[in-house]
Amino acid sequence: MAAPSDSNDLQRTPLHALHLELGARMVPFAGYAMPVQYPAGLVAEHKHTRTAAGLFDISHMGQLRLVGPDAAAAFETLMPVDVIGLAPGKQRYGLLLDDHGGILDDLMFFNEGHDSLFVIVNGACKAADLAHIQARIGSRCEVQPLPDHALLALQGPQAAATLARLSPGIERFVFMTGGAVQIGDGKTQVAAFVTRSGYTGEDGFEISVRAEDAEPLARLLLAQPEVKPIGLGARNSLRLEAGLCLYGNDIDTTTTPVEASLNWAMQKVRRTGGAREGGFPGAAKVLAQLNAVTTDAAGHLDHHTLTRKRVGLVALERVPVRDGCVLQSFEGTDIGQVTSGLLAPTADRPIAMGYVALAYAEPGTRVQAVVRGKPVPMEVTTLPFVPHRYFRG
Amino acid sequence: MTIKYTKDHEWVQLDGSDAATVGITVHAQDALGDVVFVDLPEVGKTFAQGDVAGVVESVKAAADVFMPVSGEVTEVNEALRADPSLANSAPQAEGWFFKVRLSEPAQLDALLDATAYDKFSAES
Repeated sequence: MAAPSDSNDLQRTPLHALHLELGARMVPFAGYAMPVQYPAGLVAEHKHTRTAAGLFDISHMGQLRLVGPDAAAAFETLMPVDVIGLAPGKQRYGLLLDDHGGILDDLMFFNEGHDSLFVIVNGACKAADLAHIQARIGSRCEVQPLPDHALLALQGPQAAATLARLSPGIERFVFMTGGAVQIGDGKTQVAAFVTRSGYTGEDGFEISVRAEDAEPLARLLLAQPEVKPIGLGARNSLRLEAGLCLYGNDIDTTTTPVEASLNWAMQKVRRTGGAREGGFPGAAKVLAQLNAVTTDAAGHLDHHTLTRKRVGLVALERVPVRDGCVLQSFEGTDIGQVTSGLLAPTADRPIAMGYVALAYAEPGTRVQAVVRGKPVPMEVTTLPFVPHRYFRG
Repeated sequence: MTIKYTKDHEWVQLDGSDAATVGITVHAQDALGDVVFVDLPEVGKTFAQGDVAGVVESVKAAADVFMPVSGEVTEVNEALRADPSLANSAPQAEGWFFKVRLSEPAQLDALLDATAYDKFSAES
């Protein structure tokens, strides 16, 4: 008998022992034993991150470098995104696409200067991403996995003040910028690569360190009065309130960037009429879908080229609507499906994201979700559910 | 006062010869985390043992509430519906789910006693 989720088969992050010491409940996630919550519980952890500073272990995520004079141009052939134009010191969101325009993974990339891109990909996708990147552009640049690196995130309105105490000057970074820094208090001192970004909608930082530095750094951060450890459960509720996609739920190879309402991630230079138009996997389909939305002067949508879109939804009754629930019109016709949903701790109402037929995608449109056979009325709404509070200077 | 337990982490308290109160155990609410929603059965509806009679949800997960014994639902806990956190704060008191009139009281004999349940939940 196969036992794929047997805890013995799971990989451990460098903070495994610390999680156990803190009383975390560990669950399998992306092949790792990860803390889903600590004794404080999901709701308390979620609210702490929205009001103070939360420390997340996200070392399951994949970290890699693409190095060489041709790295940016090569990486650009895999994504509908402006890689070449990203200035040194800046970070950007990217999407690896397959040849049908489906999303292989979403990621963050950072221009380190010196012909080097630092890339963070999803844990569950990292092996496949590496193989894909190596196969497609391995001859044009050096692909360097960084399996000996851990990744921590410090998120929340007090994250910057807390980290500045341990790394003076770090407050100079604005959202989606970063660099190499030292973090310490005189006794503990670690070299880190920091970006001001995250997955909660709050101001905060992601901190890449060598594996052996992860626990000393985590203990130093947890010793700060504002900081508490936060599990994957709250990470999920925080990102959903922020309207951010979870790969595997809200986006995957069956969804394109346009269907996923990620048009903002595709800069003009890669779109029809741009200086570096197309030239990425699935470009014909993705650009046609973009143009179905944007080029008709009369404002009509081409429902054949683009059939559905990701939207935000709020339930009009206090019933959680979870992923997998079918969405229907009030006439009872199936029009889509929920891909993420829960009762939001900060928004204090049931929220969801899902895909609906284009005719139902306008904010304010009423639909119904089928929850255990019973209809629950919902309204399409703009994202995010909780306003972003990124620090833009 | 007889209280029995199921392997689905529910408790059944016998309130008379054929009446019982049902709820989820301390272990169940701990595993779920902060309970934010309960769906309770209709009063007057009859269920067989093992039928899904309700739902309990935390932010992170949803779990079915099974009928631990066959019978008719006679009352549901409206206070729990209004404040689902009672399932966390008082799972075996104010956080009860529903009351049932037993159609086969002998089914209780096959359920776990406290000692057997503690052993079961420690191992699961």
